[in-house]
Amino acid sequence: MTQIELRGVQKFFGAVQVIKDLNLKIDDNEFIVLLGQSGCGKTTTLRAIAGLETIDGGDVLIDGKPVQHLKAADRDIAMVFQSFSLYPHMSVYENIAFPLRAMRKSKSEIDGEVRSVAKVLQINDLLGKKPSALSGGDMQRVAIGRALVRRPKAMLMDEPIGALDAKLREEMRAEIKRLHIKQGSTTIYVTHDQIEAMSLADRIVIMHEGVLQQVGSPSEVYKRPANLFVAQFVGSPVMNVANAAVTMNGSGARVTVDGAAEGFLFPAELVSQLDAANVGQDRLALGIRPEGVMVSREPADGYLPVEAHIIEPLGSYDIVDLKVGAQMLRARTRSGFVGKPGVQVFAKLDPAQAHFFDTASGNSLGVRL
Amino acid sequence: MAAVTTSAERSLNKLAIVGVLIVTIIFLAPIYWIASTAFKPRNLATTIPPTVVFQPEISPFVKLFTKRSQLRTAPTPEQYAAAPWWERLVFDGGEKVVRSGRGDVQWSGYPNRFMNSLIVAITSTILAVGMGTFTAYGFSRFKIKGEQDLLFFILSTRMLPPVVVAIPMFLMYRAVGLNDTHWGLIILYTAFNLSFSVWLMKGFMDEIPKEYEEAALVDGYTRMEAFFKIVLPEAATGIAATAVFCFITAWNEYAFALIMTNRRAQTAPPFIPSQVGSGLSDWTVIAAGTFLFLLPVAIFTFLLRNHLLRGMSFGAIRK
Repeated sequence: MTQIELRGVQKFFGAVQVIKDLNLKIDDNEFIVLLGQSGCGKTTTLRAIAGLETIDGGDVLIDGKPVQHLKAADRDIAMVFQSFSLYPHMSVYENIAFPLRAMRKSKSEIDGEVRSVAKVLQINDLLGKKPSALSGGDMQRVAIGRALVRRPKAMLMDEPIGALDAKLREEMRAEIKRLHIKQGSTTIYVTHDQIEAMSLADRIVIMHEGVLQQVGSPSEVYKRPANLFVAQFVGSPVMNVANAAVTMNGSGARVTVDGAAEGFLFPAELVSQLDAANVGQDRLALGIRPEGVMVSREPADGYLPVEAHIIEPLGSYDIVDLKVGAQMLRARTRSGFVGKPGVQVFAKLDPAQAHFFDTASGNSLGVRL
Repeated sequence: MAAVTTSAERSLNKLAIVGVLIVTIIFLAPIYWIASTAFKPRNLATTIPPTVVFQPEISPFVKLFTKRSQLRTAPTPEQYAAAPWWERLVFDGGEKVVRSGRGDVQWSGYPNRFMNSLIVAITSTILAVGMGTFTAYGFSRFKIKGEQDLLFFILSTRMLPPVVVAIPMFLMYRAVGLNDTHWGLIILYTAFNLSFSVWLMKGFMDEIPKEYEEAALVDGYTRMEAFFKIVLPEAATGIAATAVFCFITAWNEYAFALIMTNRRAQTAPPFIPSQVGSGLSDWTVIAAGTFLFLLPVAIFTFLLRNHLLRGMSFGAIRK
């Protein structure tokens, strides 16, 4: 049972504050992914938990005990580095045995544990090799083996598959997930790759400029982004965001994107929800993911005529840029659905997938339709 | 990539090889001269033109290691027959080996000087490289106030030719009783080499990724353990390269050894030329002393050659 908690953690590098009052509670056996752009403080947070970085304020608690004054060696936490950091002068066997030797275990115990970890990771036949003779994926397996072998309280992973090529990354992603399910240890994983985060995490922690933006399950952060940063950082292709005006029109509401002649039709309760949020029209932004933009080749009820611009054929689907007023809205369509750029098609927004944000604060207004 | 060489390139290559050969010969000629003179009979050592083909002799080495005096009268046939083979070589040269009252062979000063050279060079190399490695690690891994200034200060100790401080050093050494002691020379050579060692090792330390130690730290080791188990093996190439340079400097140093020592702690470099003036100038003995003196550096460098090849590139090539 290992719980990790960060309470009001602060960290400065000189005058620059890289972690700003971070509060986070990680449950036993949970797979947490810290997601953010480079320089957002995610790696520093991980290193602070590991004990490789001191903190300037707050507490790091492991199983309820503050550990910020403990050395890395005394925290019983394992870490996998982006560069793998396998000791080049030691064989794979010695690399995996290295943490056990620190615990002064007997030779036979060490041998047993190294071999059992090697079996789990299917690296038995690599044990005699030097790290320089291994492929990227094998180096990664050995690095994970070295972290797993002493059954630490928690595993920290700093972009462990960032240095691998795309195909291998996908394989290793699955392997890490499989291992986590099998071994079940509290894991904190740092990445800037949102696909990695979505596919691995029980909960994703999104950070930006040292500030925690949102914590939630992959589907929560995807479907209910807390603010514009999360909305645009999570999801590929990126969510469409446009300044918009909302007017009441008969039985329904109309959402008019900047510069557009006509507005998209929305349910009337949008107006009351926006009123409750109390945000002026000039600070309102509409966010909608490409799959929330529905496209028709024929005129239909509620669909507005728009012009197709660039079409990106991505194999299983196309991304089509639609010119709406001064904005481009990207829509996801069936492959080949829109014949060629320049044709007129008809578009409608799915109200259930629409998000509204306050452009001043960037926060979501919590509108649910 | 397949290399296609034209005939022009091939002849250019041949020209380059010839050039390299010529340079190699120029560089090796003095070494050949010393080595061949060390095995020549005395009368062939200074002939003009130089003798290239001769029957090699071991007598210069026998003379190098023994105390000798001029023969006033030739040895009797009994004396000659009773003498061991090496003593006969000395007789042949018109000299005799000096013996004590009990008949023990008196050694020359050379073995002691050679030993002194070894003691001083090895100890000062270990000290300079050891301290330099720790210092470089500190500068490389920790934030140190005024790091740049400190490093510059360390380098500045090399901006002065050391011999300009010879007289004050001599007076200071005499005052504290370090004159003509092994420790005196060891401290001096360590001080010479330390700045060089710190700078060279810092370059190597900077090349070792910090993550290795960090991995060791989270693996349950203290920083000291991580240093010895991870950093030192990784820095082996750098340590070897630095050690060779430091050893050569200490081994070959002449000026301070001449000024600061005279008997007890004298090293080989000031001793070898001092033999020129004693009695006849026997160049073969000097050449034998020099030849033996060249060997440790040659062996040391040869043993560490693999490290050196990588180390000379100052850590630029890393697997």
